Amino acid sequence: MSNARAFVQSESRVHHGSGPHAAMASSQSANDQTARSVQLAAVALHKRYRKGQVEIPVLRGVDFEVRGGEFVSIIGQSGSGKSTLLHLLGTLDAPDRGEVRFHGERIDDLSSAGRDQLRNQKFGMIFQFYHLLPELSALENVLAPLLIEQSTWGYLLNRRRFVQRAKQLLEMVGLSHRLNHRPRELSGGEMQRAAIARALIAKPEVLLADEPTGNLDTATGEEILRILRTLNDQQNLTIVMVTHDRAIAAQADRTVRLAEGKVAAVD
Amino acid sequence: MYKLLLCWRYLRTRYIALASIISVMLGVATMIVVNSVMTGFTREMQGRIHGILSDVVFESHSMEGFHDPERHMQQIRKVAGEYIAGMTPTVVVPAMLVLDVNGQYVTRQISFIGIDEATHDQVSDFSRYLQHPSNRDDLSFELREDGYDQLDHQAGENAIPRERMDVAGWVYRRLKARYQAEREALMAPPAGMPVIAPGEGPPGDSAAPRDTAADNVAAKGPAAEPGTSAGDDEVVGPSTGANPFAAADVEAGKVFDPATEQHTGVVLGFALAAYRLRDGSDRFLALPGDDVKITVPSSGTPPKAVSGEFTIVDFYESKMSEYDANFVFVPIRKLQQMRGMIDPSTGIGNVTSIQIKLHDDANGTKVRDLLRSAFAPQIYSVQTWRDKQGPLLAAAQLETNILNVLLFMIIAVAGFGILATFFMIVVEKTRDIGILKSLGAPSRGILGIFLAYGLSLGIVGSGVGLVLGLVFVAYINDIADALAWFTGQEVFDPTVYYFQEIPTIVEPFTVTWIVVGAMLIAVLASVLPACRAAMLHPVEALRYE
Repeated sequence: MSNARAFVQSESRVHHGSGPHAAMASSQSANDQTARSVQLAAVALHKRYRKGQVEIPVLRGVDFEVRGGEFVSIIGQSGSGKSTLLHLLGTLDAPDRGEVRFHGERIDDLSSAGRDQLRNQKFGMIFQFYHLLPELSALENVLAPLLIEQSTWGYLLNRRRFVQRAKQLLEMVGLSHRLNHRPRELSGGEMQRAAIARALIAKPEVLLADEPTGNLDTATGEEILRILRTLNDQQNLTIVMVTHDRAIAAQADRTVRLAEGKVAAVD
Repeated sequence: MYKLLLCWRYLRTRYIALASIISVMLGVATMIVVNSVMTGFTREMQGRIHGILSDVVFESHSMEGFHDPERHMQQIRKVAGEYIAGMTPTVVVPAMLVLDVNGQYVTRQISFIGIDEATHDQVSDFSRYLQHPSNRDDLSFELREDGYDQLDHQAGENAIPRERMDVAGWVYRRLKARYQAEREALMAPPAGMPVIAPGEGPPGDSAAPRDTAADNVAAKGPAAEPGTSAGDDEVVGPSTGANPFAAADVEAGKVFDPATEQHTGVVLGFALAAYRLRDGSDRFLALPGDDVKITVPSSGTPPKAVSGEFTIVDFYESKMSEYDANFVFVPIRKLQQMRGMIDPSTGIGNVTSIQIKLHDDANGTKVRDLLRSAFAPQIYSVQTWRDKQGPLLAAAQLETNILNVLLFMIIAVAGFGILATFFMIVVEKTRDIGILKSLGAPSRGILGIFLAYGLSLGIVGSGVGLVLGLVFVAYINDIADALAWFTGQEVFDPTVYYFQEIPTIVEPFTVTWIVVGAMLIAVLASVLPACRAAMLHPVEALRYE
């Protein structure tokens, strides 16, 4: 809980701040407005993977909606296509048939530049294996999305502000004492927290989490989940989390079950 | 920004990649060294060739030469006068030189060159290569008393002293004459006629049939030499009223005293009279003051062999072994007389060539073409000094080019090393590439990271190679010495090359090209792996373990 409390405190500081933080507040009110509307939707998604000569159908017509501010978990057995669905939602992959919609607009057929921008600014992603860049320190990893978004000149001009924000986020996830450590010097839980901070730095609208606790022990997993829960509660952040663990899925507002490439049941 | 940051971090953490560019580094360094040395050699050689040959050589195809050089020179002036700084007539004939070395006759094949002392210096650096300081200022075919250089004036401080040269000149000649006279007195008490030839009777006789069996020189032999010499001088006598070579104008029948008189002076190529030992010192076969015998073909059909005695007055050392071992210079008038090239009615001699010196900014090829169109090509040949030494210069150029191609191949091979290393790095970094893509990095950006990586490796490799190469060139002689000391094997053998040091010239243009080429290769080698990295599918890259 201490981390969540820290986050609340830091966020409250943010609200009293000015400049960039005001923008953050406005985006939050935008989230409030769209709280009831459909934010991210999958319409009849089909996806097949080719393994040698054999084509394996992974998704066979998935229909799925996430409303603004929702915390949805997708559950299913290994190979049920839940990770694939998440990748399609996050435009990391393109569906064979069907559509992915963001605020009602189709995004799966955007140009690669358009999808790059979407991933950079609208979606935050966290993964089972954290996926931090081993050559960069925790702080630099958190700054990576901003480094990618900004031109060299633009980054250098705003550097102090960006670093400030990255430090705040790391403090929020409880890593303020590990700013300059490389990923290999961090524990699994710490790496995942750094990954969460990285996912949040560009102020995304949706957080896509692929088995965020899959590689962590129960206690650490709980901590991570608590952070996600708090983000959803306090900041009204839309979260889509993939997991195979019922207990973890139960922490979400809503659970979607995938089986044999289709949505099996909605709890 | 992330591109630079990641590129920098990859550079700092992947030392294996640095290892892969060591070959680029060595390639660049070697190319710089080889090019500098080759340029140095070529320049040195060109300088020497040009110092000996005049800018343009106008010559006749036949050994007879052409008549009346003055008229020819006037005509040349009319055709291309504005480019010409100076001209001098010369006679060049193949000849045979016989040296008497302690009673052994040493025979050498030479180019016997008759030069006009008054004007020859205007067209070439001839006198710069002489061994007596006064001759360098003002050439004379009279033997000097002494004062010949003991230190090679061209080699600088490192030259090994030539101690034998300190007696050279009249000092040596008188000593030798006295020694000869005393020896004669001992060997042949009833000496009727003084013998001019420095050689003794018996060895000379045994050498004669071997040397010139079919030649009429042999028929005369040493015993007939006084007659030959006197006969020569008879030809000289009447036709050269104002001959400056008083010593040569010995009246017929008058006894020639080697202690006080000299024959016509000749300047001998240094390598004809000396050879170099392994330690760089010189062993002399003859010194200024010694007499030599030279046989030339006479003018006329068919040519006959004509011999004459000459006294060495100086050595000529251009450090081009081809010239030093070949050239013997003599006053042109003497050679013309010997060969019968002088028209008895007018007293004007034939010459075989006219050496032309151009103004510094004049184009030799243009003058050559002008002269070629003005004179009948059946009789005259006009060549620039580059044309004359064309094969030699072309060979040096070809050598440089081939070396450059081979060395560039080495850098290209190094390029493939970089290619392989980069593929490994891309494979190793597959997951990172997936992460960057999931964070919204465009493919272009990924491409940029790896291209920048390749470029930085190229810069590092060629930069270090550049420094290494330049340092090597700067200390090349010390390195050669150190290697020689270490291995006991002379790296740069001064008996082969007439340089005391390895000449080097660093051409900024060539160096720039080498460095740019190496960097280009490094970038090209990284293009393929970088493209592969950019094309990676993010999901597959993320899944990669």
